[in-house]
Amino acid sequence: MVEHVSRTPVIIDVVIIGGGPAGLSAATELKRLGIDQVVVLERENQAGGIPRHCGHPPFGMREFTRVMTGPRYARKLVKAAELAGVDIRISTTVVEARPGGSLLIATDQGAQEITARRVVYATGVRETPRSARLISGTRPPGVLSTGSLQSMVYLNKHKPFDRPVIIGSELVSFSSIQTCRHAGISPVAMVEETGSAIARWPTPLYARVTGVPLFTDTRLSAIKGHDNIVAVVVENAQGERREIACDGVILTGRFTPESSLSSCGHLLVDVATGGPVVDQFGRCSDPVYFAAGNVLRPVETAGWSWNEGRQAAHRVSQDLLGKLPSSATERRITLANSLIKYCMPQVLSFPHHRLSMKYLQLRFTRHATGILSMSDDTGTLWKRAMTVFPERRVLVPLRRVVDGCQTGSIQAKFEERSP
Amino acid sequence: MLLFDHAINFDGGGCLANILTNEVFDLVVIGAGVVGCAVARRLTLAGARVAVIEKATDILDGASKANSAILHTGFDAPENSLEVTCIREGYREYKALYRQLGLTLDFSGAHVVAWTQDEVEKLENIAEKARNNDVEDVNIISAKTIAKREVELSDSALGALSVPGECLIDPWSAPYVYLRQSLENGGKIFLYCEVTSGNFDGESWKLDTTRGSIASRYVVNCAGLYGDRVDQRLLGSTTFNIAPRKGQFVVFDKAAGRLANSIILPVPTSRTKGVVVCRTVFGNLLVGPTAEDQQSRSDASTDEASLRALIASGVEKIPALKNIPVTAVYAGLRPACEHQDYQIEKHADRNWITVGAIRSTGLSGALGIATHVLALYEQSAPGHTTLDEPVHPQAAVLAQNEVRDWQREHHGDIVCHCELVSEREINRALEGPLAARSLAGLKRQTRVTMGRCQGFYCRARLETMCSGKFDLFNGKEAGCG
Repeated sequence: MVEHVSRTPVIIDVVIIGGGPAGLSAATELKRLGIDQVVVLERENQAGGIPRHCGHPPFGMREFTRVMTGPRYARKLVKAAELAGVDIRISTTVVEARPGGSLLIATDQGAQEITARRVVYATGVRETPRSARLISGTRPPGVLSTGSLQSMVYLNKHKPFDRPVIIGSELVSFSSIQTCRHAGISPVAMVEETGSAIARWPTPLYARVTGVPLFTDTRLSAIKGHDNIVAVVVENAQGERREIACDGVILTGRFTPESSLSSCGHLLVDVATGGPVVDQFGRCSDPVYFAAGNVLRPVETAGWSWNEGRQAAHRVSQDLLGKLPSSATERRITLANSLIKYCMPQVLSFPHHRLSMKYLQLRFTRHATGILSMSDDTGTLWKRAMTVFPERRVLVPLRRVVDGCQTGSIQAKFEERSP
Repeated sequence: MLLFDHAINFDGGGCLANILTNEVFDLVVIGAGVVGCAVARRLTLAGARVAVIEKATDILDGASKANSAILHTGFDAPENSLEVTCIREGYREYKALYRQLGLTLDFSGAHVVAWTQDEVEKLENIAEKARNNDVEDVNIISAKTIAKREVELSDSALGALSVPGECLIDPWSAPYVYLRQSLENGGKIFLYCEVTSGNFDGESWKLDTTRGSIASRYVVNCAGLYGDRVDQRLLGSTTFNIAPRKGQFVVFDKAAGRLANSIILPVPTSRTKGVVVCRTVFGNLLVGPTAEDQQSRSDASTDEASLRALIASGVEKIPALKNIPVTAVYAGLRPACEHQDYQIEKHADRNWITVGAIRSTGLSGALGIATHVLALYEQSAPGHTTLDEPVHPQAAVLAQNEVRDWQREHHGDIVCHCELVSEREINRALEGPLAARSLAGLKRQTRVTMGRCQGFYCRARLETMCSGKFDLFNGKEAGCG
């Protein structure tokens, strides 16, 4: 690879990888905090991230205190960054992130190497494709993620199918119904593997209102058809199978961080979140690198990611001044049982600092009632009785854990109790 | 459906134009799989006027679309078989020409790993077989040595046979450039063109196809999974019966590429070579294939249970695979038959050569098979004049260790971020006589959507770029209604 690389000797203050809500808000805030050079590298030919092709509201409540569609929201974020003096470089792909903040990038000019004092990962999330779900059957075209469907419908005005089956019942799954309706597509069913819809009430009502039957305790077992999809085979909890005639499949949700730069690079990756391992400052295992937004964990709203980006900016700017606690004091948080899907941050640095994340973010693999506790070798640091649901965030006050922690590793544990 | 329609005129390329009835070819190759492409190349370079006819809209659409992408030495092929002869020759020729055609070659080497004491004892037999097959540089290594060479390999490996000559190649760029070398030196390709019947008048063949008739003095049947049926249909009999064997594969994320240096082979059984764990030249790690006998010649479906078993088998051999996501799954159909060797046969009285039952080693054997076919052909056909200065087209560079298009200037945007496929590469693949006419064809030519997101980010953009070239969703070609 080396021979075609041109090097720019300039060291940039902060490079942000990804121009979605988290990346743009981090960049905008960094400029406001007086950082001189702030560069956003966006691999698409337009910045704005996923909201660019979410053609429906609600976006922008937290950021602009008004409800708007995704594309409009994305434009506003880009404009704010530009006004603040952020250097947004579109059609620029980061190919490799190397130790110490050196980045191999690809543009129309070929390969190039740039170096930054700090790098912020804000590469977002994507949905799990068919292959990784190991779905049986033939592989006809017409199996799409919500993301691809939305970009086709909203950016290209294309209608890929007429009567798809929707797999999953997360928030994004209902958003796919909205996208379908926009394009005149009539989903024939929504299929959910667990016992109830994943998205919070009242969202699931949207399926009923729009006449899309929701089948819970039902899993997709195979896709049928050669040149086109003709049906899906679904299986209920009793193992009974039946076919649903359809001409497309929308595989929704099961988000996973777009963290290939870290998984193929030098940063530690957390198997549980799929994103880089970070401390409570969003700092990665190479302390030049920070992460913000959905690359930290699947998946929060654009507004949540935007806020994380803004906070990351404060931490990065303080770190440039040498004012964050050293990452050398880190302690790992372990998960005691598989009911806890993940806990982010995965490590904690000491002592507490005012710019720390306020909460540990946890999610759970299934519905359960019991007591969630955080402990170290000396005893319980925090605990609370609660009912948890799959794919719903639980927040644990981080300062309680950091301040109480004395020795050893930190353990997150969920003890189930009958309600 | 499209049958005998003289009004069809596809845009661009002209390869889908109607067959000119007044043209008489020296040789028609039926089937543009890896073998057909190699045969077309060899015969064109030998001076014959060659046409390839292929029933699909893109080449490599049958058995050749899915394999383990290994260039075999032939160390474990049946001794004294035509198969081992062709693999040895194919291996030698690939190494001789890959630079000339801009192809990739990764000298990974392979290890046949023994996991039980029984298997340890079999290693010597495999080594002996290898030497009988003229693969001399094999040697048995200890558990300690294999552990040192493959640090991520499970420590339950008891020893291994090292086969340093086994290599990794790009399974699609190679046949594409073989066929392009035929085309750029005067060969022709007719796609979407299925042979329906034919007549031999003692001197030449008139083949009826779904796109009109084509005249040729000689015919080489490289119809892969349908080889026996083509023989049956045109010769009236066949000496073999294809028994498709399905092989499913799991491709792990590129994060796994660093978990193996060489190709990790199991000790084979009488029926199958077993499940291989190996890198790909694109940087992934693949595990497969299964070996499932089936009736269907087109059903390459995957099933969750088999895929899970493959993943478990991979994790057992390389424990660190446990935490690596799956990027892709696929299945291929191998044209096996009741015989334990290739079925290459000349019907001299009918000006016909059958190249049948090229089971799992077609990619490695293709160039050798082509040389063999040329020898058979020249025994009965008058001598052509070998091309003096043939054109050497350059293969698409997709392997991760080569200088790819994104590293060069003016490639446009990168469209597929996971596989770093540029706008220019996609546009190139949509042009010319072998222009992609399906998403599957475009994937094989460029790797677009073959990465970890499987099209999440680029599918819409791609659809715009391919608009009018083919229909991504219905498999229907533009313009033929």
